[in-house]
Amino acid sequence: MNVSINKRPQSPNSWHYRELNQKNPGLDHLSNGLISLVEAGHEIMAGSADLQYSNGLNRFAARYPDRYVGFGISEQNMVSAAAGIATTGMMPYVATFASFLGLLTCEQIRMDVAYCALPVRLIGHHTGIAMGFYGTSHHATEDIGTMRSIADLTVVSTADGPQLEAAIRASIDHDRPIYFRTGRGREPDLYDPKADFVFGKAIEHAQGEELTIIACGLPVHPAVQVARRLNAAGRSVGVIDMATVKPIDRDAVLEAAARSKLLMTIEEHNILGGLGAAVSEVLTDEGIGKRLIRHGIRDEYALIAPPTHLYRHYKLDEDGIEEVVRNAIG
Amino acid sequence: MLRRKRDLRHRGIGGNSLSNELRNDYRPSEATIARLRDRAQFVRLETIRLIEIAKVGHYTSVFSAAEIFSALYYDVMKLGQDPKEPSRDRFLMGKGHAAVGLFPILADLGYLSAELLNGYTRLGSPLGDHPDMRKVPGIDFSSGSIGHALSNGLGMALAGRMQGLDFTTFVMLGDGEMQEGQVWEAALGAAHHKLDRLIAIVDRNGYQLDGAVDDVIGIEPLDEKWRAFGWEVQVVDGHDVAELTAALRRAKADRSRNRPCCIIARTLKGKGVSYMETEPGWHLGYLDPVDADAARAEILSKVI
Repeated sequence: MNVSINKRPQSPNSWHYRELNQKNPGLDHLSNGLISLVEAGHEIMAGSADLQYSNGLNRFAARYPDRYVGFGISEQNMVSAAAGIATTGMMPYVATFASFLGLLTCEQIRMDVAYCALPVRLIGHHTGIAMGFYGTSHHATEDIGTMRSIADLTVVSTADGPQLEAAIRASIDHDRPIYFRTGRGREPDLYDPKADFVFGKAIEHAQGEELTIIACGLPVHPAVQVARRLNAAGRSVGVIDMATVKPIDRDAVLEAAARSKLLMTIEEHNILGGLGAAVSEVLTDEGIGKRLIRHGIRDEYALIAPPTHLYRHYKLDEDGIEEVVRNAIG
Repeated sequence: MLRRKRDLRHRGIGGNSLSNELRNDYRPSEATIARLRDRAQFVRLETIRLIEIAKVGHYTSVFSAAEIFSALYYDVMKLGQDPKEPSRDRFLMGKGHAAVGLFPILADLGYLSAELLNGYTRLGSPLGDHPDMRKVPGIDFSSGSIGHALSNGLGMALAGRMQGLDFTTFVMLGDGEMQEGQVWEAALGAAHHKLDRLIAIVDRNGYQLDGAVDDVIGIEPLDEKWRAFGWEVQVVDGHDVAELTAALRRAKADRSRNRPCCIIARTLKGKGVSYMETEPGWHLGYLDPVDADAARAEILSKVI
């Protein structure tokens, strides 16, 4: 029997992950931001724990091999080493899945990064339920909660790749440790990568008297679409992107509470410990008895499904968010 | 049991591998040896004094490492006037609970006001049971959670190379610390990246809180493990300042080995106070002033 050995798959629909990454780089904005920092003459480096094709840092590594360190599958070692690097005046940007950074390396982040107040940049990508059917080990629905409770750590949740790129560029002037929480980089773009990112400042997309949505991360884009649609139909719904979850923009929360009858937080995270909790803390501190609806993952482990199916199931896509907002405002 | 303990502690640990090719001819002068012994004695005496203030502390963890501290800070390490001098050698300790032995050295070197030692562990003091780099000048990295330090040092060595800075990073690890998985992540990574400016020193005193390391979770053959992970290994008597200094100097000077170096220092936990050398319970304890005086007298009476 004659078996012909093909050097490549025959169908153009077959693919392997390196090829896919080249065609559709996903988080290419991360490398773009870092490359622009090196080009501007900043002493930075980047590292990853065996995920350079997932977070696109292979592009940074190819461009600046002397500024890239592959740590292999050793996330704790990577975080602690990044802290060591930061002691010398070089600013490290290290990336891996948010599920690992937010939980597996939690103690290294607390002890070596935050407690030592070292300007390490931690980039937790594929956060929330973006990993879909890879399952709970790869879902990160607790990372805002863990990172937010670590003193001296700034927590940023970006809504899309361009916002991450802007935040990465802005981070060069930020002397504190930062945890960036970001998606797959395949979200629809809402922001301009050249726009200024201001740490600690919420971004207002719409004002509304009936309800203000305070969102972060992936749900920001669908929330903006929903508000646009509802407001065009005569309703009054506001949207705030609370990209910096910590320190939270208290003024933005208080203004929304003063303007709107209802508040709703939307996050790709457990409703315990995350953005909803952060907003409710502000309201409680100020003694404001405003109804706050916390929308997100309701203290459970997400199901297995492709990401888009999960967003539909947990009402985090446009249709789902429209439904929960309509239910709230009647 | 006691006999086994002593067997463990003496010479047998790490065993058979005092390979001659790793020895060099360097031997510190008699004056240097005397000075390093004196400083190790100073570390032990100060540790007793400071723990009297706290009323609890890790005497024995310091006593096993006193000569290591002395050899590094008074002979081997390149130190600057400024404790933040970028080209200074770095010292990190995975066994951060021995910091009480390091603080007096930092004061002795002028990095830290000696006055501060008198308020060790009191409300608001920068000096606690574990070292804090933000509060204590001369501490190169904070510690307290065992297992992180070799990774921290790996990062420093990587950054030193990336930035073309000329320094060596010394990381002292406890032998119980070998049970932490992160140590081996760092060991793999340091060898892979050929970090020849990274030197680990294992204080092989044989004991951890729950008992003998080899009874709790055994770590032997330790020298073979480090070798298998791609490190050069030297096994030395951790209380012999001449041998220790020679090994450390050799490890620091050798730019041809293309890999990191691990020095396994065979030590006695509690070295210097006889009853502490035979009772692992002294990992944490307190000496009433009358016993503290007797311990001081014993330390002063002998040459280690």
